[in-house]
Amino acid sequence: MTELNAMETIVQDIIAALKDKPGALLPILHAVQDKLGYVPSESVPAIAKALNLSRAEVHGVISFYHYFRDTAPGKQTIHLCRAESCQAMGGKKLEVHVKSTLGIDYHETTADGKFSLEPVYCLGNCACSPAMQIGHEIYGRVSADNFESIITQAEDIA
Amino acid sequence: MSIAIYVPCDSTAVSIGADRVAKAIYQEAQKRNITIQLIRNGSRGLYWLEPMVEVLTDAGRKAYGPVQVSDVASLFDADFVNGGEHPLYLGLTEEIEYLKKQQRLTFARIGITDPISLEDYISHEGYQGLSNALKLSQADIVKAVTDSGLRGRGGAAFPTGIKWNTVLNTPSEQKYIICNADEGDSGTFSDRMVMESDPFVLIEGMTIAGIAVGATQGYIYLRVEYPHAHKALNTAIEKAYAAGYLGDNIKGSGKSFNLEVRLGAGAYVCGEETSLMESLEGKRGLVRFKPPLPAISGLFGKPTVVNNVISLASVPIILDKGGDYYRDFGMGRSRGTLPLQLAGNLKHTGLVEVAFGMTLRELLYDFGGGSATGRPIKAVQVGGPLGSYLPESQFDTPLDYEAFATNWTVLGHGGVVAFDDTANMAELARYNMEFCAAESCGKCTPCRIGSTRGYEVMDEIIAGHALDKNIPLLRDLCNTLLNGSLCALGGMTPYPVLSALNHFPKDFGVDDQANRAI
Repeated sequence: MTELNAMETIVQDIIAALKDKPGALLPILHAVQDKLGYVPSESVPAIAKALNLSRAEVHGVISFYHYFRDTAPGKQTIHLCRAESCQAMGGKKLEVHVKSTLGIDYHETTADGKFSLEPVYCLGNCACSPAMQIGHEIYGRVSADNFESIITQAEDIA
Repeated sequence: MSIAIYVPCDSTAVSIGADRVAKAIYQEAQKRNITIQLIRNGSRGLYWLEPMVEVLTDAGRKAYGPVQVSDVASLFDADFVNGGEHPLYLGLTEEIEYLKKQQRLTFARIGITDPISLEDYISHEGYQGLSNALKLSQADIVKAVTDSGLRGRGGAAFPTGIKWNTVLNTPSEQKYIICNADEGDSGTFSDRMVMESDPFVLIEGMTIAGIAVGATQGYIYLRVEYPHAHKALNTAIEKAYAAGYLGDNIKGSGKSFNLEVRLGAGAYVCGEETSLMESLEGKRGLVRFKPPLPAISGLFGKPTVVNNVISLASVPIILDKGGDYYRDFGMGRSRGTLPLQLAGNLKHTGLVEVAFGMTLRELLYDFGGGSATGRPIKAVQVGGPLGSYLPESQFDTPLDYEAFATNWTVLGHGGVVAFDDTANMAELARYNMEFCAAESCGKCTPCRIGSTRGYEVMDEIIAGHALDKNIPLLRDLCNTLLNGSLCALGGMTPYPVLSALNHFPKDFGVDDQANRAI
């Protein structure tokens, strides 16, 4: 119960700070996800009420955008680029390797809770493909050979 | 006296180790008691040479690259701080062929300055465009942009001046400037480079746009995948406010312009201007019907200029040097320069800003150096995931909006992704349909359902099932998408799919003859 209260306090603070911006919903959802790692379904009624929207409308926005998630992610989220430039440099092979190394598919989290895997369509790192992003860090020229050492380092940062 | 050493802070340079190199140089200099001034500049865009370290010498800036942490000690041994010889020495930066052959107008400062230093920006001709604009009438600013021949660099190539003129002449208490920074096309990164490496030029361009049309509020709609750009923009905006270049009464002119960065949330379709405005209003990014045009009824129903990053970042130099100066570059109706982005399977990937008119072949081989793998280049996708694949027979097409259109190809935002002969074009066509299905906003039926049926049919074709029925079915479906979709996402997904089928039928299991008959 205390955890839920803490979450409610965080969400209320965010709402109070941002609700008067024009088009405040996305900034609020971003702030909630930045703080909590996801947008808990328990936070939807409060956000809807503050913006004079229905819960369905808020849910509709959360589900429209790939970036917003309504379940807690692993400690680190790996965004692996699937787009053309990365494919031209072996991205598909890397994709198979990443999935088998982590033992998960896209939109899943490893059993130990360390990593979530999400596809992304371009990180703007196309001059050094294939690319992936972990947290705010972007990695270029990722290969089956260096993937493991990158995620090991990322684990240390977490 | 300290020695100025430059290590890029650009996210691609960082993605391959620039931060670690910067740290190693700093530590090694301390160890050797050499006083250096470490400057994190933007990237010159010579990405195959990144991390590229530069040293300021009496002769100019000298470059070394690509530098890894393990090279740092040997660079100091070779006295690189005074421009010493080393296996990684590249010569004077400005003399590197790749850079020397370019005509950098929009990218004039990029890689040279410290991106978030306002002093650096001003000392490199920054804010001269705004200073001129403040002396002109609103109509004359718009006229300068119209005279320059600048066309929207986001992909649609609509004349920027005409768009601005419509907003200027639509009376309203509130108008908006939106910068479309949702650069989602694979193979493109010029917007990212501008925002990370020269954020003030975008701020200045938007400020001029605001003054020109009478808009006092601007938004940069930035994709969430660009955290480095987000940070650079926010820092630069803060500095611009503090120095009186944003806010009320800009530099004592009595004009006001406020600017805020808003983050997208991973939806490709929000790069479409009406979907973007829905998103800014806090809604699902559903595409709107046009008309009304955003210039008449846009964000929150008010007249709105929506321009791409490169379009807006080209405005300061036009106001600084004049519309004629800019217009004198280019060919036909494509005036000025286009920052092209070389990506995918190329040896020399990077940013190439040149006047319109060079051929794709020159770009791929003279600049790009051929494929990275050393194998023949099979196909090149120009213009992002909604652009056609060009086979070798079309490589002599000049880089010009109209010349590309005659080939049923698009120049778009200038992204160039090369594939070698190991690429399977049927697999890529399947991916293009799958991408459309993943990113469709769902408002119109051809795109929402057609894209899913599209990759299902591609699965059948790849499995070799009933090709005599499935290939005509794919063509028919593409025809529906082309003609029946509400926006370019559904309307242009057939470009890559059909160009793959038309130019590479063997990958689809049919030969040329049969393909023509079907």
